[in-house]
Amino acid sequence: MIRLEDVTKRFPGGQEALSGLSFSIDKGEMVFVTGHSGAGKSTLLRLIALIDRPTSGQVIVDGQNTRRVTRRMIPAYRRQIGMVFQDHKLLYDRPVFDNVALPLIIAGMGYREAGRRVRPALEQVGLLHKEKQRPETLSAGEQQRVGIARAIVTRPKLLIADEPTGNLDPDLSLEVMRIFRRFNEVGVTLLIASHDISLIDRLGCRRIALEEGRLARTTDDDIDAGYSSSEAGLDPEAWR
Amino acid sequence: MAMTRHSDAVAPVRSSGPMTTWLTRHISTAIGSAGRLFRQPFASLMIILVIAVTLAIPAAANLLIKNALSISSGWDNALDFSIYLHRGISESDALDLAQLIAQRADVAAVDFVSAGDALEQFKQQSGFGEALDHLSENPLPHTLIVRPGPSNSVQSMILLQEELGNLPEADIVQVDTEWVQRFHAILDIVRQAIVIGAALLGVAIIVIIGNTIRLDIQNRHEEIEVTKLIGASNAFVRRPFLWSGFWYGLFGSLLALALVQYGLFLLEQPIARLAGLYQSSITVLTLTGGEILSLLGIGVALGLIGSWFAATRHMRRIEPR
Repeated sequence: MIRLEDVTKRFPGGQEALSGLSFSIDKGEMVFVTGHSGAGKSTLLRLIALIDRPTSGQVIVDGQNTRRVTRRMIPAYRRQIGMVFQDHKLLYDRPVFDNVALPLIIAGMGYREAGRRVRPALEQVGLLHKEKQRPETLSAGEQQRVGIARAIVTRPKLLIADEPTGNLDPDLSLEVMRIFRRFNEVGVTLLIASHDISLIDRLGCRRIALEEGRLARTTDDDIDAGYSSSEAGLDPEAWR
Repeated sequence: MAMTRHSDAVAPVRSSGPMTTWLTRHISTAIGSAGRLFRQPFASLMIILVIAVTLAIPAAANLLIKNALSISSGWDNALDFSIYLHRGISESDALDLAQLIAQRADVAAVDFVSAGDALEQFKQQSGFGEALDHLSENPLPHTLIVRPGPSNSVQSMILLQEELGNLPEADIVQVDTEWVQRFHAILDIVRQAIVIGAALLGVAIIVIIGNTIRLDIQNRHEEIEVTKLIGASNAFVRRPFLWSGFWYGLFGSLLALALVQYGLFLLEQPIARLAGLYQSSITVLTLTGGEILSLLGIGVALGLIGSWFAATRHMRRIEPR
């Protein structure tokens, strides 16, 4: 689903955010990118979202080399990917419903038709009863769930999230991760940047650790452990 | 469960027919943009008022010229000029000449006033009556009064007068109505000045609307960034701003229309009084349907041009960071 080949990102100042990074993520995987701030997590996600371009190397997303995605094609490209942000990036001048409907409206769907997709999406994050409220009246955790509903309302195959739990307390973080896990179980590929190692360890997903723009270690062996969940003291049923 | 609902369509977003989508999308954007205008009624009204006044000035000036032309074209006889013939020419020769001139395409009619008739008229009007009886012979020449055709321009009129003045029979051509020609020449100049002024004001409207839209874009910088981040194209982001420009132009020109009509209403009484003083009836020409439509069309076009420039220019700069 995502493949990086020898990707380097150098900023105008000369410092390298990513240096010769290569890895790949299969369809249906749920992978965490970890590392200290400045390790290159955000840069990596920005390259995948085409907010930035690599200085050298290839980024291939769903079989599509992002090098061949021109400026004009970027909007259509981004619509294939669900994105969740640490600061939610909601529009505060309109209710929750409109926020979640926005990607569908952008894709050219009628308002009523969009409604048929918005409600299930809100239901999945448990916020159906708040569809008419404005985002600022919601708690941080709820706002983040609105952001998630917006990211998944178009049913993307790939969802990327940059520190989705960065501003949330542990309980809310776990709640958000549970929601992610549910999407993963129905086939969505997820790439989540996070520095919350303890939480990731409890989930036991594969981890891509970055250190100064390079791969530190990939904990492939954690995958099996993660899916059995018992090791982390979590009942699979608890995810639902 | 939620799960099955999610899995049943991992398919990409499908939309209904492209045409209906396009239409409904535009309608909802148009309504949304209008709503935005109404949510800031004071600011919107100020801009619309500026546009309206800017449009109303050339429209009113144009209307003024139109009326001036219409009234002055009623002074057909004011364009008449007289040709005094040489003394030696007989009455029958003079009549032949009058017929000849009347056949010209640029002449509407020729009146022949014989020397005798002229003297008779002079006797009655001058008050010298009796005194003139003592003249041994009639000192007045035969006169042709030429009425130029309606299609004549100021230039062709001068040409006509010169040509007829060069006839061997003609002694003097007297144009006692040169001021009408000057008046028409002045109207021509004013009319062209209005066209130039209107073009400049049109540029001003484009700038006003463009600047308004620019501020609007700046205020909604974050929103634009977020929508672009989740896959909105430049066209999608630009659309509401184009509609704002459309509404500014439309409301501005509607208000301009109202201002012009109100001005006409205010002038109705004084004009009627003036007409009464001259014992004539002046019908004031109002804006025709075509003129109203073109005023609205120009307003809308300027609004769209202004917002398109601003939106296209500033939209590209706003990219997700």
